[in-house]
Amino acid sequence: MILFSNVSKYYNSHPALEGINLKISQGEFVSIVGQSGAGKSTLLKLLIAEEAPTQGRIYLDDKEITSISRTELPYLRRRIGTVFQDFKLLANRTAFENVAFAMEVAGSPRKEIAQDVPQILQLVGLEQKAGQFPRELSGGEQQRVAIARALVHQPDIIIADEPTGNLDPLNTWDVIRLLMKIHELGTTIILATHDREIINTINKRVISFDKGRVVRDEEGGRYIL
Amino acid sequence: MVNALGRVFKTGMRHFWRNGWLSTATISVMALALAMILGVLLVSVLMGALLDNLKSKLDVSVYFRLDTPEEEILKMKNDVLARPEVKRVEYVSSDDALARFKDRYKEDQTILASLDELDGKIFEASLNIGARNPEDFQPIVDFIKDPRFVPLESKVQENRDVIDRLSAVITGIRVVGFGVSIMLSAVAVLICFNTIRMAIYTLRDEVNIMKLVGGTNWFVRGPFLVEGFAYGIVSSLVTMVLFYPLVFALSPSLARFFPGVNLLDYFVSNFVLLWLILLVAGTVIGVFGSMFAIRKYLRV
Repeated sequence: MILFSNVSKYYNSHPALEGINLKISQGEFVSIVGQSGAGKSTLLKLLIAEEAPTQGRIYLDDKEITSISRTELPYLRRRIGTVFQDFKLLANRTAFENVAFAMEVAGSPRKEIAQDVPQILQLVGLEQKAGQFPRELSGGEQQRVAIARALVHQPDIIIADEPTGNLDPLNTWDVIRLLMKIHELGTTIILATHDREIINTINKRVISFDKGRVVRDEEGGRYIL
Repeated sequence: MVNALGRVFKTGMRHFWRNGWLSTATISVMALALAMILGVLLVSVLMGALLDNLKSKLDVSVYFRLDTPEEEILKMKNDVLARPEVKRVEYVSSDDALARFKDRYKEDQTILASLDELDGKIFEASLNIGARNPEDFQPIVDFIKDPRFVPLESKVQENRDVIDRLSAVITGIRVVGFGVSIMLSAVAVLICFNTIRMAIYTLRDEVNIMKLVGGTNWFVRGPFLVEGFAYGIVSSLVTMVLFYPLVFALSPSLARFFPGVNLLDYFVSNFVLLWLILLVAGTVIGVFGSMFAIRKYLRV
């Protein structure tokens, strides 16, 4: 379970988030919507402790993220898989190595890596492209590698920050279907997007942001701004 | 732990290999900087050799009256030799001096003929005394001017002044050279640091990604340190290999300016030591440079 308790974030006294109170249960599929600058990305950055809130507290289960030490931080991040709009793949590593990296940092044995990575690449439909470098893959394929990487150490939560922002409609739906499939396997998904069609089609919980505040939070919600 | 270290090492070597151009550029600049350090080292060796050469020429000659018995001179020779500041003592007997004279003027029949006109001993026997250091000179001179020796001596000749002046000049050059070498080394280190900083700057996104997928600081930093280490090894080797032909080509002309110095011999016989110096400098700069440069990007 994720809990935001009265969280605010200011950049040079300019509010990016203000007074956020949210509860996301284990196994939920939550979409975060809002225009650019509404605070979606800031919210996700706070969750993976890439940034610290100016005030308030954030909990992941019984762990307070806001007071986490630098040594504990990597272990928190291994519980959360993150997918970014710009994929953030390691340019000098093949698809296989990019996925394997997430397991290497967690100290998984080589045998386990050799066994799990091909399975995950198969799940995202890239088993044939395991040996290719990111520059040799299309945008959609790169994003699927990123999803495979986020997924490979079986995280409790997957955060996807505008994962389809750089993709064409066909690839967009590939990625969304993949996230839905992962969700069905029991993983919490937090999807930040401003793609109206996706939100209106998937029919899940929608939290709408405007100027750093939650303006709407509905089950089976639609994209309304 | 061993597993993690192995991975860090493997990843570092993979970075090094796959970022080929970046590695080549970094190594080139580091090799140039190390060449500067090596150049400074070799110049200081040359200067040292020159100074040693001059010091070995420091001597004082004592000439003896013609009637001094040889055993007295030899006794004095032993007394002089027993002194710690004395490096060498050469006894030139009256006959030796004559032989040397004849040898020097063997072309000049007039002089040789006039020698025959003279009878008996004409050349004074002498002791030629070499000092270990210029500062050892005074005690030696004091010793040979001891009242028990003075009656035997006809004159004492020193070349101290000239050598002193030359030594002062060379010492001056060495002091200035030391300052310059410190400065050049500092410049070399700064250049290396900056090059590594730029290399890591181009990889800052990678560092960021590694941190975001849960890499610990050491797991992310490790491969960069391995890479820095590899930069040090390769650039020190490159420098040594490039210096060999340079020294080979310059050595004969340098031997003309610095008599008794064979730079090529010195370079070859000290190859491993010189390489170790560059290796330590290169790897320390590589590893610490990487460590400092990456610090900023680990704060994610």
